[in-house]
Amino acid sequence: MSNYKPLGGKILTKPFMFLLLIAAIAGFILIRRFLFGLGAVTNLSDGYPWGLWIVYDVLTGTAVACGGYAMALLVYVFNRGQYHPLIRPAIMTSMFGYTLAAVSIVIDVGRYWQLYNIFLPWHVNLNSIMFEIAFCVATYVFVLWIEFSPTFLEKWKSIKSQNFANRILFIFIALGILLPTMHQSSLGTLMIIAGEKLSPLWQSSWLPLTYLISAITMGYGMVMAESMFAAVGLKRPLETKMLSKMARFMPALLGIYLVIRFADLINRGALSLAFAGDLKGTMFLLETLLFLFPVIFLAIPKFRQKNSWLLLTGISMVLAGALYRFNAYLIGFDPGPGWHYFPSVSELMVTFGIIAVEIMAYLIFVKRLPVLPKIEQASI
Amino acid sequence: MNIERRGFFKVLSVGAVAAGGLSTALARTKKSLPPNAVGILYDATLCIGCKACEVGCKTFNNMPIENTTVENDFGVQGIWDSGQDLNSKTLNKIKAYRHGSGTQRNSAENGYSFVKRACMHCIDPDCVSACPVTALSKDPNTGIVKYDKDACIGCRYCQIACPYNIPKFEYDKAIPEIVKCEMCSHVLAEGGIPGCCDYCPTGASLFGSVDELIAEGHRRINLKSGQEYSFPVSALNSGERTTRPAATYVDYIYGEDESGGTQYLLLSAVPFEKLGLPKLSNKTAASTSEMLQHSVYKGLIAPIALLGGLLFAAHKTSKQHHAVEEGGQYE
Repeated sequence: MSNYKPLGGKILTKPFMFLLLIAAIAGFILIRRFLFGLGAVTNLSDGYPWGLWIVYDVLTGTAVACGGYAMALLVYVFNRGQYHPLIRPAIMTSMFGYTLAAVSIVIDVGRYWQLYNIFLPWHVNLNSIMFEIAFCVATYVFVLWIEFSPTFLEKWKSIKSQNFANRILFIFIALGILLPTMHQSSLGTLMIIAGEKLSPLWQSSWLPLTYLISAITMGYGMVMAESMFAAVGLKRPLETKMLSKMARFMPALLGIYLVIRFADLINRGALSLAFAGDLKGTMFLLETLLFLFPVIFLAIPKFRQKNSWLLLTGISMVLAGALYRFNAYLIGFDPGPGWHYFPSVSELMVTFGIIAVEIMAYLIFVKRLPVLPKIEQASI
Repeated sequence: MNIERRGFFKVLSVGAVAAGGLSTALARTKKSLPPNAVGILYDATLCIGCKACEVGCKTFNNMPIENTTVENDFGVQGIWDSGQDLNSKTLNKIKAYRHGSGTQRNSAENGYSFVKRACMHCIDPDCVSACPVTALSKDPNTGIVKYDKDACIGCRYCQIACPYNIPKFEYDKAIPEIVKCEMCSHVLAEGGIPGCCDYCPTGASLFGSVDELIAEGHRRINLKSGQEYSFPVSALNSGERTTRPAATYVDYIYGEDESGGTQYLLLSAVPFEKLGLPKLSNKTAASTSEMLQHSVYKGLIAPIALLGGLLFAAHKTSKQHHAVEEGGQYE
């Protein structure tokens, strides 16, 4: 009765062992972090209190994990049921992305054993954007596991609980759309308080909206890239037709983003900074190019229907949003003279470790649980 | 587009309109000084750079002497506090400005001046607005910005928010805390004054009520250059005074307007930018981010309306999709 099927096959393959090794190295570094403090393994400072772990693992990680959110929007709100086969793998990667972002937060905050204060009403500060994000992300991790639960229930063949889950699932689907809408926009609002420390190329009252739209475009980009990788890596039929149909909405979405972004920059008179010839200006131009590339190539049907272009434009959409996040949190952030930041080797290794864990979890899940659509159903 | 789909859009657009209508700005009023606001007036023209304030600060707060530079260069320990800047072991720091020959005191050209850096105790602190768990709070009576380690989760958002880079974090500890000047509130509670003001021999660091300090500041600015003036020492009401000629002040009290006004105020003869103080508008970043946040989330009406629309849409579609999975067809 299910349209999804586990792939089966061996778990402990050679690539898997390699990933395990990377995760083990990260684990060792984390022991040092918890024994000797953040300074022992990171290049963080009082000027740059947030580094790679926040900007990549949390910000970029959750935005990349917006595939589930973006697909749920398409399938449930815009009622495009034909994309349904793409939704389960998308929700699964969202679940991993957000769970590991939550883990990264525990690693990064200094007083992690007090994190539960976020849920204590007498501590909560409703003026704080950070509170809204922390609360929303924590709730969303829970919602994602529930959204994904039918997969476990199918595996365990629990028909009764499956029926119950299917009846109430719509509540979690609705929450699963509401919560990312709230916190992905708030991740933009978060930097408004940095005020003049953030370059005018990124500091804007429009940050909440541009962050929301770019999180959605990253989500779709990830769905496009991921299904291409799954097709090649796991030897599955390509979902080209469905993807190119979905991809035709992208130029409009990315276009709206670019119009808002540039109208705001021109309105504030900040656009000239893009041509200052410095690192910030150059990175802004690169970010813009990455956003423009998929607009142009996905608008042309000839390119849109080719696998290679779907993959390239998908990757470009992910990189564009990722660079926007690195720019607005690190490259465009200047706390004053004397402060510098570049991630340490240990920071990089921990990030690689987290990515490795994510890929390992993906491989275990698709091989053992009914996540990917049955092959005959894969292309409509 | 079929009828069903149009229905979803209708429900969703109701939510969107509700959200949009609310965002017609709930402009946040500028915050005013607490009733018994206390502060520090630092007069750079009186400062001789003796760093007695640093000693007072470390003594009153039980903090270790830092001798990184002297230790590195000469292998000497425990004599002279020589940290370069504020950090997790130093709440109060004297810095020097020097130009050209560096001979003229209180002169931007070929001169020098000192400047004391510490928490500004903003009237509308960005750090307090930023803190998710109210670990940083502004005392409703004295206006002192205090830190509560039992609330803090160590997210360091206060460091991102503070325009003066004041909150410091103990990156070298497994159990770290945020460290910042709390204006010796433990000493104030016992009727004393902050360590930096208590130890200052020249009156450069002066404790008092913010209103009176601002009035004192304007009195000094209006002095003629070289005019004799009796400067209070340590605290406005200490009774101790020192008489000396006034310098040529910059016609401005730093902190009267910066980031919505501060309770630590500075006077100088050398332009403040040259002393390393940031040029800031009189509007806080917190007022912008709070306005945005509260417009969207007022009474949670917009999120609840949106959730309602989403529940309706998800319920309809998931039922339909379920029927398809059982063998039906998409339209």
